Amino acid sequence: MSSPGAASLVVEDLVAGYGEVRALNDVTITASAASITAVLGANGAGKTTLLRAISGMVRPRSGRILLDGADRAGRSPEDMARAGIAHVPEGQGVIPELTVEENLRLGTMSWPGMARRRSDRGAALAEAYERFPVLADRRRKLAGTLSGGERQMLVIARALIARPRVLLLDEPSLGLAPKVMRQVMDTVVRLSKESGITVVLVEQNARAALAIADHGVVLNLGRVVATADAKSLAADVALRHHYLGF
Amino acid sequence: MSMRAPLLRILGAAVAAAVIVVILSIKLNAFRDYQIAEIAVYVIAIAGLTVLTGLSGQISLGNGAFMAIGAYITALMLAHLGWPFVAVLVVAGLASAATGAIVGVAAARLRGPYLAGVTLMLGVALPFLAYVYPSTLGGDQGLNVVYTQPAFLGANFPLTRWQAWISSAVALVVLVLLANLGRSRVGRNWRAVRDDEVAAALAGINVAQARVLAFVVSAACAGLAGALLAIITALVAPGAFTITLSIALLTGAVIGGLGTLLGAIWGSLVIVLVPVYATDVATSHGLSTTVASNIPVAAYGVVLILVMLIFPQGIQGGVLWLLRLLGISAARPSHEASTADAMPSAGETPARPHEKEGTQ
Amino acid sequence: MVEFLQFTLSGISFGMIYAAIALSLVLIWRGTRLLNFAQGGMAMFTTYIGIEVIYHTGSYWAGFVCALAAGVVLGTVAQLAVIRPAQGKPELNAVIITIGLLVLLEGLAGIFYGGQFRSFPAAFSVTGLHVGSTALGISRFDVFVAAAVLVTTLLLAVGFRYTTAGLRMRAAAFNATVARLSGIRVARVITVGWALAGLLGALAGVLVSPSTFLYPNSMDTIFVFGFTAAVIGGLDSPLGAVIGGLLLGVALSYAGGYLGSQVTALVALGILVVVLMIRPAGIFSGAQVRQV
Repeated sequence: MSSPGAASLVVEDLVAGYGEVRALNDVTITASAASITAVLGANGAGKTTLLRAISGMVRPRSGRILLDGADRAGRSPEDMARAGIAHVPEGQGVIPELTVEENLRLGTMSWPGMARRRSDRGAALAEAYERFPVLADRRRKLAGTLSGGERQMLVIARALIARPRVLLLDEPSLGLAPKVMRQVMDTVVRLSKESGITVVLVEQNARAALAIADHGVVLNLGRVVATADAKSLAADVALRHHYLGF
Repeated sequence: MSMRAPLLRILGAAVAAAVIVVILSIKLNAFRDYQIAEIAVYVIAIAGLTVLTGLSGQISLGNGAFMAIGAYITALMLAHLGWPFVAVLVVAGLASAATGAIVGVAAARLRGPYLAGVTLMLGVALPFLAYVYPSTLGGDQGLNVVYTQPAFLGANFPLTRWQAWISSAVALVVLVLLANLGRSRVGRNWRAVRDDEVAAALAGINVAQARVLAFVVSAACAGLAGALLAIITALVAPGAFTITLSIALLTGAVIGGLGTLLGAIWGSLVIVLVPVYATDVATSHGLSTTVASNIPVAAYGVVLILVMLIFPQGIQGGVLWLLRLLGISAARPSHEASTADAMPSAGETPARPHEKEGTQ
Repeated sequence: MVEFLQFTLSGISFGMIYAAIALSLVLIWRGTRLLNFAQGGMAMFTTYIGIEVIYHTGSYWAGFVCALAAGVVLGTVAQLAVIRPAQGKPELNAVIITIGLLVLLEGLAGIFYGGQFRSFPAAFSVTGLHVGSTALGISRFDVFVAAAVLVTTLLLAVGFRYTTAGLRMRAAAFNATVARLSGIRVARVITVGWALAGLLGALAGVLVSPSTFLYPNSMDTIFVFGFTAAVIGGLDSPLGAVIGGLLLGVALSYAGGYLGSQVTALVALGILVVVLMIRPAGIFSGAQVRQV
């Protein structure tokens, strides 16, 4: 587990893309420690690429990614994970061929060697089962048998076991029924406040995201077009219409 | 329209090459003539393989089997039917082509490692037919090949020189035909299928047909090569057609420059001349023949790896690079789509990431 | 009837060897989508190392252990030196690179050990076993072959299932992205996979060489049979590799027994083609594909 306490995440002038395409153009975002930041925008705005650049899946062309002040841009995903960044990609996250418990154990893989004692592992799993009783019931079942909402729970539970300092969530509510989606969002908020994790949340459902976020950033075509606290963004009707569709 | 100019160029190059071969065959001794014939044989086989793997993106580790078919048919026909060699050559080519069609159809849905594995299995298994039918096919000892040179040459004309001539002639004809094929719509279809099958299908190309055709062409070339090999070595036996042969063909194609016809020539020169040279050098330094003959083999392995990692365009790529460096050659004539040019991709062999799964 | 039993039993014994090769191919294929055409060559080379140790120490088991250790080392070195640099390149390059490795190993074997056929000792007696007066068609050595592969496979299965290292390997094989995001060093996992594959190949080599003699090309046929077994079972499935090996071994044993030993390769070709046309993903992959 990484050192306790959330970290601030600052992305400075990030340029990243795929081949010829520049998906992110000089993007600067600040997520203060233990806050929830919503990253919003239409499809293709670059939200997913942003998270991928932060977690190391995509190598940025230029710019800095500061975790508590230390630049980590260009590191591999494994290194980012071990530095305390947990990324839950869109639609992925659960390995269906593994059991629920095995998926949870993946969360311990980013712990520094010293901490990975059996007792610590057991304690972390027990904690997760307490928080998410649904998972406790299914612990030996293959993750592929879980419903959509249950999988999201599993994914978040696993991410939390990793004791991350920053949690990147990419469309956690995708494909979920509204009631389940609310549950997921509530869980995110609760855990962020309880465990003091910095959360960066990418969501199509801007309304729901802004309802739980402290701060919001709007991307359009790879650039930041608005950054403000969540309430102001939600109140800005013109902005909402133009970039967020509601 | 401007198809004639490159065609003239190709024919001119072929004529020039023919003249060179004739001169060399007269000036050099019988063993060298034999080597010229051997090189020509490999040129034919490797050219067929390089078209299959380099242009249409299908890897075959079993072309030695097609050579075996051509060789054995030649041996059998010469021994039992007494046909003129030209006719035998045609039949050998057709028989191999037909086998190639069967293999191509069976393999039409296979990709990458699956295709390589199946063709490898073909290369391993087919020679065993000689053991299953030992009376017809000669078993382990093989069959002797009865070939007499044409009477009009006269009694004093060396057999080896004649064999060098006909092998080279067939090689040049094959190269010219393949060059034209590569520059035609067929060749363009092959490249399109190699680079992006889905896009090719959407563009209206019959992908399966293109792939099978590539196999047919490749097998025909190998069959012709096998037929010629039969008469220049005067013996066909299963031991000459193991997967070592198939891998040697691939090695030649890759080292020479995958997908290029000139690469087939470089590759053949390497495959035929290097082992002899290396063995001479090694034995003169006191190494045993076993060691000496295996040094080139180990070297091929290293070169294959290095070529794939560092310099995928092989010798032909190096030649072009040198020519460009010296300012002799202009910018890459990619629009001509000739198989004599280096491959269009930037230093990578053509098989693309879409070939993820082994089968469709 | 007795014949049938004999063929069945000896087919199982050979089948386990094909299973070992198939398993080594599956280990590398899962997660990297690379088919290691050099697997047979690696097995051959490590068997040579084994026999040199046996000659110099007089101890079969010393040679056995050294061959297996050499397999682990060779697998690791090959992956680090040759395969890892090839990552990200087109698939065709990777196939040719493993062919290059195969050629290199065969050349080196010829240089260091010579090309003549060498006999390789068997661990146990090769005289046929009998039940009463009926010859079973197998020997103590054949039983050892089956047992050795079975035990190794079980150890691997247990390791994969119950250890953290095994979980890492399975996670990386099923979904490398999620594995990396969880902090798993997938590159290292791949190298371990190659090391284990090298071990299995070495095991297959020492177990089969008493029957086939040892020479630079001796594992070529075994390799294609192992490949066929892997295709039968499904390249993604370790269990499939074992079952595929057994099925193929028994089938080829019947073919060789009833039709003559020269047809086995041709029969294997036929089986391979049929499987690839009817069920290219293998017998056991269906279950996995459906579970996503």
